[in-house]
Amino acid sequence: MKRILFLLLTAVFYAGPAQAGIDETINNITAPIATFIGQVVFFKVPIAGANLPLVVLWLVIGAVFFTFYMGFVNLRGFKHAIALVRGDYADPNSAGEVSHFQALATAVSGTVGIGNIGGVAVAVTVGGAGATFWLIVAGFLGMSTKFVECTLGVKYRNENPDGSVSGGPMYYLRKGFEERGMDGFGKFMGTFYAVGIFIGALGIGNMFQSNQAYVQLNTVAGGALDGYGWLVGLILAAVVFAVIIGGIKSIARVTEKVVPFMAVFYCVFAIIVILMNFSSIPMAISNIFTGAFTGEGVTGGALGALIIGFQRAVFSNEAGIGSASIAHAAVRTDEPVTEGYVSLLEPFIDTIVICTITALVIGTSQVADPNFAGDATGVAMTSAAFERQISWFPLPLAFGALLFAFSTMISWSYYGLKGWTYLFGEDQTLQTIYKLIFCAFVALGCVVQLGPILDISDALVFLICVPNILGLYFLAPIVKREMQKYQAKLDSGEIKKFKH
Amino acid sequence: MENTVLLAVDGSDGSDRALGHAIARAKQGGAKVVVAYVIEWSPYSFNTPEENAQRHSRRESEIERANSEIVTPALLRLKGEDLECEGVVRHGPPAETLIDLAKECGAAQILIGRRGHSGLKSLLFGSVAGNLIQTAPVPVVVVP
Repeated sequence: MKRILFLLLTAVFYAGPAQAGIDETINNITAPIATFIGQVVFFKVPIAGANLPLVVLWLVIGAVFFTFYMGFVNLRGFKHAIALVRGDYADPNSAGEVSHFQALATAVSGTVGIGNIGGVAVAVTVGGAGATFWLIVAGFLGMSTKFVECTLGVKYRNENPDGSVSGGPMYYLRKGFEERGMDGFGKFMGTFYAVGIFIGALGIGNMFQSNQAYVQLNTVAGGALDGYGWLVGLILAAVVFAVIIGGIKSIARVTEKVVPFMAVFYCVFAIIVILMNFSSIPMAISNIFTGAFTGEGVTGGALGALIIGFQRAVFSNEAGIGSASIAHAAVRTDEPVTEGYVSLLEPFIDTIVICTITALVIGTSQVADPNFAGDATGVAMTSAAFERQISWFPLPLAFGALLFAFSTMISWSYYGLKGWTYLFGEDQTLQTIYKLIFCAFVALGCVVQLGPILDISDALVFLICVPNILGLYFLAPIVKREMQKYQAKLDSGEIKKFKH
Repeated sequence: MENTVLLAVDGSDGSDRALGHAIARAKQGGAKVVVAYVIEWSPYSFNTPEENAQRHSRRESEIERANSEIVTPALLRLKGEDLECEGVVRHGPPAETLIDLAKECGAAQILIGRRGHSGLKSLLFGSVAGNLIQTAPVPVVVVP
């Protein structure tokens, strides 16, 4: 298998003239393709001088609708979500099943990725400080979308003959529509989503991650890895290969256990840096608010800032993409809506907490020294902001970025695979083919420039969230009923706390 | 219910000796013995998506193995002595779960075998018997 992968990659790498440098050649070949796909799928509507990508509009309208339709479940359900995660309602007799905490932790580590470090920097560079405000708003609204999709994920999951479970949008789209007597449409939507997620997994959950991990490694190495993207890519791909094809689960398990601690470590140091930039905090916060409504210096003004904020938020917390409902579906509960409650903590942790902290690190640094990062963007910019105060931090940050990227890639390889098996069945050979393609894209991500990768990833996200949100509108009444029934049981005392 | 004892087993020599002690005690006082095996597990661990997807079937096979290898043999011995007994297998943090079980079955006493780990090992990993002695609401008998 390894040889096939190697040959495949060498074929890709030596496709162009050797003298141009391997990285450059590949970039030259792929960039126009990516830009083209980006333009076609990622259709933009010019409004008031800003370009509004349809996908952003689609996601925002969805999130606003679900927030109102579910009666601000993102606010009302917050306390209950925490009680569920703490295990207050956990029946001791079902101990040993996947707990709410475990399902959330798994989903969060798939979500917390480079987007939280690098994506925020992209948002601030393009959309100004004001983008941060819209990022937070998007995170808040996204909590409702998550609630809907994760409730459905659990309700309509499949239990396989071997006792394992498969869930996610492809299952709830199909079964949900079948319940409404729309069999044909349900099948179509399920298939549409499955195709979207297995292709989409190659962008947001793959190339973007490996690209930014490489960039940060190169920054730490002082540019010594310039032109060696292909090498870093091959190494990364080999590790991913070892886990998802070689079955070396220990690597995945270790990553899964280290990532939460890295996230805490990251937040602690970020707060330290923000505090070190103490005198810049008021100005940074005021920039966020004024920028949000004036959009000073941003193409498209306030609307431009809003678009960028929403775009990066969705990219980071994945609300509306439906991916997390695949992970949440593993939880075992009689009340699917409980997992919905738990899942709304995910955009909160990911976007409202971690992304905001990153934005403040960058924001306060910008106030102190507008040119602190030079031309750097993405993760390199975040790294520079940390470096201003803590000179040695880029190194652990590179390590953290690598781990975040890695855990996100592992999670997404699983999401993509679920889409693939939905379409093609559990055939092992076919699964291996998908995994090989996935590894190849990990390597490719390190070679192509950030711009085209963002284009292609955004475009692919669009592909996934169109069928998902469309389905969510149709199925939202079911979720609402579940929520009301559950609330009634809580009120009547039929569902009790086990721990006091 | 007054005369129920909870016997914590783990398949070790110590737990075998505890079973012997339980039989002797139950014969004397006519007690009912609840044989409990706790599979160490925490709801707060971090797993991969795949581990989560397979968790349900894993749990069932863990319980089945605990029953067939540890709990059932103990129950057979108790039944052989004509004693009233029942078995239970549960996931959780060992000491805490044993205490919950003791409360649930109204046990008057908890019986547990000693593992006899060296000082350092029990310092690092803690000992279930030690934890029970500190936190159990009923008397704990540690069988050496």
